[in-house]
Amino acid sequence: MSDIIVSSRDTRIEGESPLDAVSFSNVRYSWPGPSPFSLTIKKFTLGSGEKLLLVGPSGSGKSTFLSLLAGIVAPTQGRIDVLGTEMAKLSGSGRDRFRVDHFGIIFQMFNLLPYASLIDNVLLPLRFSRTRRANAERDGSLDAVARGLLAALGLDETVIATVKAANLSVGQQQRVAAARALIGAPPILVADEPTSALDRNTEEAFLKLLFAQSEKAGTSVIMVSHDEGLAPHFDRVVRLQDIAVSSRGAKQ
Amino acid sequence: MMIFRLAFQSLMNRWVTACLTVLAIALSVMLLLGVEKVRTGARQSFADTISGTDLIVGARSGSLNLLLYSVFRIGNATNNVTWKSYQDIAKMPEVKWIVPISLGDSHHGFRVLGTNGDYFTHYKFRRGQSMTFAAGGPFTDLFDAVIGSDVADALGYKVGDKIIVAHGVGSISFIEHQDKPFRVSGILAKTGTPIDRTVHVSLEAIEAIHIDWQSGAPVPGESISADAVRKMDLTPHAITAAMVGLDSKLATFKVQRRINDYAEEPLSAIMPGVALQELWGLIGTAETALSVVSAMVVATALLGMVTMILTTLNERRREMAILRSVGATPTTVLGLLAAEGGLLTLAGVITGTVGLYVGLYLARPYIDHTYGLSLAIDPPRADEWLKLGLIVAAGFVAGLLPAIRAYRLSLADGMMVRV
Repeated sequence: MSDIIVSSRDTRIEGESPLDAVSFSNVRYSWPGPSPFSLTIKKFTLGSGEKLLLVGPSGSGKSTFLSLLAGIVAPTQGRIDVLGTEMAKLSGSGRDRFRVDHFGIIFQMFNLLPYASLIDNVLLPLRFSRTRRANAERDGSLDAVARGLLAALGLDETVIATVKAANLSVGQQQRVAAARALIGAPPILVADEPTSALDRNTEEAFLKLLFAQSEKAGTSVIMVSHDEGLAPHFDRVVRLQDIAVSSRGAKQ
Repeated sequence: MMIFRLAFQSLMNRWVTACLTVLAIALSVMLLLGVEKVRTGARQSFADTISGTDLIVGARSGSLNLLLYSVFRIGNATNNVTWKSYQDIAKMPEVKWIVPISLGDSHHGFRVLGTNGDYFTHYKFRRGQSMTFAAGGPFTDLFDAVIGSDVADALGYKVGDKIIVAHGVGSISFIEHQDKPFRVSGILAKTGTPIDRTVHVSLEAIEAIHIDWQSGAPVPGESISADAVRKMDLTPHAITAAMVGLDSKLATFKVQRRINDYAEEPLSAIMPGVALQELWGLIGTAETALSVVSAMVVATALLGMVTMILTTLNERRREMAILRSVGATPTTVLGLLAAEGGLLTLAGVITGTVGLYVGLYLARPYIDHTYGLSLAIDPPRADEWLKLGLIVAAGFVAGLLPAIRAYRLSLADGMMVRV
């Protein structure tokens, strides 16, 4: 396989750039155990303010890629830099702090603590990140900021007043999750198939509102999906199989 | 603070299981404290069996034996005390009052105690409380009997009923004093002491029913009728024991020594309080067993809590992944779970303690009336506070068990949600 970055609208010059939000070089990660798995990524970059779609079939190592990106796991070899910081140099709890300061994360589904209110769910990262808390407080009271974000993402006042997150529809839950990922303006938004549970129309609306907010804050976006149909919404599309080599050992 | 709020909200989300767990812990705490209360109550009631009496005098024997037959009506006297010795003791200058006791007969398994009217005024129980009559009054006639409340309840006697006293102390006796029936003149109020199980008659009556007997059996052809006996001299020849009250407690040892050294007859004088302590030391092992059992129940409840948290752990992996994704460290997840265990235990301990006092308040009159056990409603003592504190601490530690498992899962799962 090749290590060429494939993109739909590739206007960027290859090579190191100080503006890169994320860069992987010669990263290798192997998962030990009864079913060994390894993923090798020669080169990957995410530009500052860029919206990137990472496409790959299931089992191609998307989850492992995101774990490496967010510093959940450390690479066996190679180097990952996020916003000029080498992730391997951080301690375990240092990576946890770094993650909440710099990443907003949206999962495929079930993003919310079902027992907490919408506002509490949105404010959750601010309880762990002083930087993002300070960012959010610049725009007003935390409650007002959370409400503003939820409203901007298309949730009306009656929905916001919902006592428990568990009572929302999936589409509404994903919007709350987006608000949580965006609050306090983290530089990078990571989304793991956030629209896979939504229908086409809802998906379209969701992405539009999400990007409107991320562009306003200058956030870099990396979204993982198996659906290449989303490509028109993004600056660049990367197929995982083009940048990464994965191997799966036989079960012993 | 935030960790506690999240733990609390998460718990509220699973309120049914949480409530059951709290209930289990509360019940175990109630049991633990309740056993403690009953223990203290029983010990107090036991010590309260006799009070106000400074010395008990009987034939020479061990102090426990004397205490058992004179106060608890258990076992038999080794020997009698002669009427002369009784009078000699009564004449001692330090002696304020003396009440004779004569045992040896029974009525349907209840001991018959021969004494005089002073018994009802001088015998005190439960910190100086005197006997009161639920019905009737003390003896007025030679063949009058005053019965304890258990006797009245068990045999259904009213004032005025006739009863026949049997010779000997077994519940089935072959020889009865049929020719000299007694009339119930009074029924005593419940005391929670062996008095409740005693039939009291006068000392003269004991003498009267045995006047035509010799060597423990009626002499054939020499029976004396109940009316004839009234005209005879009924001064007793011997009694079983005597209760002595002194003018000053300081004289107790002196009088005790003098009675023990009495030259004409081998006698023993015991201080009832000291002998009761000795006896409690013997039977008190049962209370230790109770404490051990209740401690085990608490351990079981905590184990139940650990099981509950562990079983919910799998469905909560998502919750933990979310927390991890917003910056919670695995240590925060650990703290969250440990806090949950601690909160549940704390709630259980508080509920249990409050429940115990409410239950105690409601059940106290009934327990006092039925079992003669007076349970004190007082705030937990220092050692009980310590126990409660230890349970809460144990809850936190027990909560660490699932917390460590959650920590491991959280490290392995990262923020990738697996279902």
